[in-house]
Amino acid sequence: MSADVVQDGVVLRSIARIGRIAIFFAQMLVQCGQLVARPMLVTNQIFNAGARSLVIIMLSGLFTGMVLALLGFNVLQRFGSQDALGFATALTLLKELGPVLTALLFAGRAGTALTSEIGLMRATDQLTAMQMMAVDPLRYVVAPRFLGGLISMPLLTAVFDAVGLFGAHTIGVRVMGVDNGSFWSEMQSSVSLHDVHEGITKSLVFGFICSLIAVYEGYYSDPTAEGVGLATTRTVVASSVLILLLDYMLTAAFI
Amino acid sequence: MTDQAIVDVRDVHYSVGGREIFSGMSLQAMKGQITAVMGPSGTGKTTLLRLITAQIYADRGEVKVFGESLADLSSRQVFALRRRMGMLFQDSALLSDMDVFENVAFPLREHTNMTDPLIRNLVLTKLNAVGLRGAAELMPEELSGGMARRVALARAVVMDPELLIYDEPFVGLDPIALGVILRLIQQLNKALGITSIIVSHDVNELASIADRSYLMAGGTMAASGTPAELAGSQSPIVHQFMSGDPDGPSPFHYPAPDLTAQLLSEVWS
Repeated sequence: MSADVVQDGVVLRSIARIGRIAIFFAQMLVQCGQLVARPMLVTNQIFNAGARSLVIIMLSGLFTGMVLALLGFNVLQRFGSQDALGFATALTLLKELGPVLTALLFAGRAGTALTSEIGLMRATDQLTAMQMMAVDPLRYVVAPRFLGGLISMPLLTAVFDAVGLFGAHTIGVRVMGVDNGSFWSEMQSSVSLHDVHEGITKSLVFGFICSLIAVYEGYYSDPTAEGVGLATTRTVVASSVLILLLDYMLTAAFI
Repeated sequence: MTDQAIVDVRDVHYSVGGREIFSGMSLQAMKGQITAVMGPSGTGKTTLLRLITAQIYADRGEVKVFGESLADLSSRQVFALRRRMGMLFQDSALLSDMDVFENVAFPLREHTNMTDPLIRNLVLTKLNAVGLRGAAELMPEELSGGMARRVALARAVVMDPELLIYDEPFVGLDPIALGVILRLIQQLNKALGITSIIVSHDVNELASIADRSYLMAGGTMAASGTPAELAGSQSPIVHQFMSGDPDGPSPFHYPAPDLTAQLLSEVWS
């Protein structure tokens, strides 16, 4: 590979981009400490990123749980193990589908909103106006949104899991006729704290990645309509790919 | 005279992507005066403001504000310096998630420990000065362009800055709003002794309020003086700009090949 190819190549550009994101994160981290004195800035963003995503998360969780119960019952019935439906759906939701689907939905709903909001603030000189008022936008705009996303993700994942289990229980027990006691007792006896820990770890990592990408892309978007649009697209694409990549790595690490 | 210069730009060179914007730009804004910076579109007027406010830095030359060289300051010191400045943006740049009152109160809440009643009184006083006390609860999207500019002006002066910078304050205003903004700029300058720098290409408006005017062209200051001196200048570029001639030293056409040759070549191709 010639030097020119490397210079213009994807590898070098990617490394440079990771470096820029790392510097951006370090600058933002310095500002995060100052938010302890102003919790309302973060609370507002938890409401924006978290509470406002609740409807889509709950709907998706409900239907995911229902589908899992249908498919699971169909497969388990062939082996006469339909009583294990509670265990199977709980494990799938807690370890895999809960964190991953929540993160993908978060990237599409809250991530794009964060990027376009900050990008539009850049395009309309609001960030520059803050700088001219001697207010650092990293502290006032970016850090609260990052922390809001980071905190919201595990909470949304918990809601997704709970609603998903409700959906699975409704279909499995009420429609398919699985025994209610078996559904819950199998789940209680087979799902360990290690499984819950895996789900929480995944949701925290995904929350970190999604929020960081969203605020970074917004902050450095070109100050034009097209620039904000492209930044929003980059947020969804980069977040989705990284979620699936990291999901594999974390799953492998927990086995 | 330079001792009184609040802003002192000396022999500044600045390039972006290989394109030279400034090649020896100089400007002094004296304490308590209104300094006008004029020039055709694309000559770097807004870039000059960004240099003065330390948003960007010169490749060569020196920019001093309040006697301090911007290149020598840390980011913390730059932020401290900016507390002594106010800036009115071309598109107002009001914070879109706050109403008019909170926009004006924003710098006070960030930089002072004032109590809410004191902030309320101060903000209402500033809004009253720009005639928008009754609009305190409106959101930015509910304001007209002229109203937004006046709110931005109230926000710019709420911390009682020593230096006020206006970026194209007259663009897109109807005659009434324009007259109001002109009167406010003059009042602020006279009543509070604020040093003002106004970047614009509205010759007549600037001539009516400026103490000293600069004309930018070709990366340098092509001329400077009182508005009357510029109006009487025999310099071709000054004459073209002040009289609004379409062609002259500042060409109407962007550099391009001969029109006939280009049209014919496209027909045959």
